[in-house]
Amino acid sequence: MTAPIETTGPAAEAQPEAVLTGAKQSQIEGRSLGQIAWARFKRDKLAVAGGVVVLLLILLAVLAKPIQAIFGLDPNEFHQDLIDPALLAPKGAWGGMSWDHPLGVDPQFGRDLLARIIEGSWVSLLVAGGATVLSVVIGVVMGVVAGFYGGWVDTVISRMMDTFLAFPLLLFAISLSATLQDGAFGLSGLPLRISVLIFVIGFFSWPYMGRIVRAQTMTLRNREFVEAARSLGARGPFILFRELLPNLVAPILVYATLLIPTNILFEAGLSYLGVGIAPPQASWGGMLTTAVDTYQADPQYMFVPGLAIFITVLAFNLLGDGLRDALDPRSK
Amino acid sequence: MAAYFIRRVFGAVLLLLVVSAVTFAIFFLVPRMAGQTMDQLAAQYVGKDANPDTVAAVKKNLGLDQPLYAQYWDFIRQIFVGADYKFGPDVQHCDAPCFGYSFKRHIEVWPEIVSRIPVTFSLAIGAAVIWLISGIATGVVSALKRGSFLDRFFMSVALAGVSLPIFFTGMLALGVLTVQWPIWSDGINYVPFTESPLDWAWNLLVPWCSLAFLYSALYARLTRAGMLETMSEDYIRTARAKGLKESRVVGKHGLRAALTPIVTIFGMDFGLLLGGAVITETVFSFQGMGKYAIKSVQDNDLPIVMGVTLTAAFFIVFCNLLVDLVYAAIDPRVRYS
Repeated sequence: MTAPIETTGPAAEAQPEAVLTGAKQSQIEGRSLGQIAWARFKRDKLAVAGGVVVLLLILLAVLAKPIQAIFGLDPNEFHQDLIDPALLAPKGAWGGMSWDHPLGVDPQFGRDLLARIIEGSWVSLLVAGGATVLSVVIGVVMGVVAGFYGGWVDTVISRMMDTFLAFPLLLFAISLSATLQDGAFGLSGLPLRISVLIFVIGFFSWPYMGRIVRAQTMTLRNREFVEAARSLGARGPFILFRELLPNLVAPILVYATLLIPTNILFEAGLSYLGVGIAPPQASWGGMLTTAVDTYQADPQYMFVPGLAIFITVLAFNLLGDGLRDALDPRSK
Repeated sequence: MAAYFIRRVFGAVLLLLVVSAVTFAIFFLVPRMAGQTMDQLAAQYVGKDANPDTVAAVKKNLGLDQPLYAQYWDFIRQIFVGADYKFGPDVQHCDAPCFGYSFKRHIEVWPEIVSRIPVTFSLAIGAAVIWLISGIATGVVSALKRGSFLDRFFMSVALAGVSLPIFFTGMLALGVLTVQWPIWSDGINYVPFTESPLDWAWNLLVPWCSLAFLYSALYARLTRAGMLETMSEDYIRTARAKGLKESRVVGKHGLRAALTPIVTIFGMDFGLLLGGAVITETVFSFQGMGKYAIKSVQDNDLPIVMGVTLTAAFFIVFCNLLVDLVYAAIDPRVRYS
């Protein structure tokens, strides 16, 4: 699958920033770039909505265990009494929806879908978040070094990025999950699965971040403020960390936000194929695998994990697009 | 041009070597690093309850008893000259190009892969045609009519498209079109082109559209962004100022420049799909290369997974090379850099 490439989004309605503060304000105030970006971001209702959903999802994922405990939701408890033994589908309309099971129960076993969706949320966000952090760290280091030092260092790193982009990522992930058996690296079961997924997705997708950071660094390197720092006697590391990196925060933030939904889809895809998170652990992708076989008997089932993935990915995409429009001066 | 060509081909060969080394590392180096013994590794290729003789034979045949570099040398060598797999007194010859030998089913991997290529290629090529046309067309229209209702509509659909997993849209299409409103009442099954071109296209239509929906969305977003950027360039104003027709300004000056990054991405996406549209093939139960790899993972038949991975790597590198050459044709600057 393709990871997000740099795209210039729809420009926010081009209005002078002064208009935003309102006509009533008589006094002219200086505003930082962050404040301007925040003002622009607030105007973008879809992006704000996306941000709110993302925050709620993160809360849900972090508090998954306490929420399940409080509401007595058990993702792996069987309710065979709710399953029609002939069809192996839930009894009743809409996939067995009821007050006890607001999203219904799954076919065959009658496990509560709300509990399984909540359970799947932390797995999904942990893998996607972990992989994003890994690829951002590698990508930023490589990109800054390549862009700042140039010359043969840049050539080597750029070739490396081209090479990584030519890897059949999905097949590598499938292969790794096949070769690494329980006990690998002293891990087994769910921790092994999660680590492998984070490593595979993160380690092979850093060049997307690396390329963007490299290009940004190259343009920043020749700007006056870097020249000024250098003429004051600043050396490489100081310029890198104190002068360049703060200016790179905005693009890094934007593309990290846009990498997360790609990684969520990737994790769900691998789990769907049966090479990601292994059952009985609930995962959104894994839930869709069983939906194929039970489509005829229980057609509603697939919408629950399907919409969970869709809403999550859409929210991250809206937030990322909004952040880019707010932070990217070119999108004016 | 000749120098450029030679440099690119050389680069592609180098890239192929690196990808094969990484594939090799995934199958033989990473498990070693993870702390697996060679006997455990060999046992993975024949199943847990294989007798010790079989495991020993596999170990010898895969070169697991040799140092890593010797094993890698044999791994590359067998692709060009083939290899003999020995099981006690029996010898199985694996003809070049030998992409491995399945110890579980006692078959050569390469012919098995070749037999599944038509399915994967049919799926990838058809989908690519659809997504290129629809994705680029909607992207261009959206950029030219920026802010209009059409633009907003297309971009909303595109945003939904990049946010929907293909295994959900594919399954939904399959369910709706074969059960709910049974237009494809017999289900969707792959029919070889040579058997009946009409049935071939009819059965592939739904998988094509499912796959193309995802990529169209992506390409529409990319094309729109690229077009917006190029259409504000000075040379576009110059082209208009010298009185060119708008269609020519957009087509020849705008789109051509906006398409160059799209061509690069297309090379990678298309190459990746030729090596197995894993998820789409799984959703529609098409016996292509990707589905074969997944099935082999479930059967613990690792040589097949490795063979498919290598083949996929080859297709990606090959498509990238083609793209580089197309690049030189559409963008003269590339040739001289």
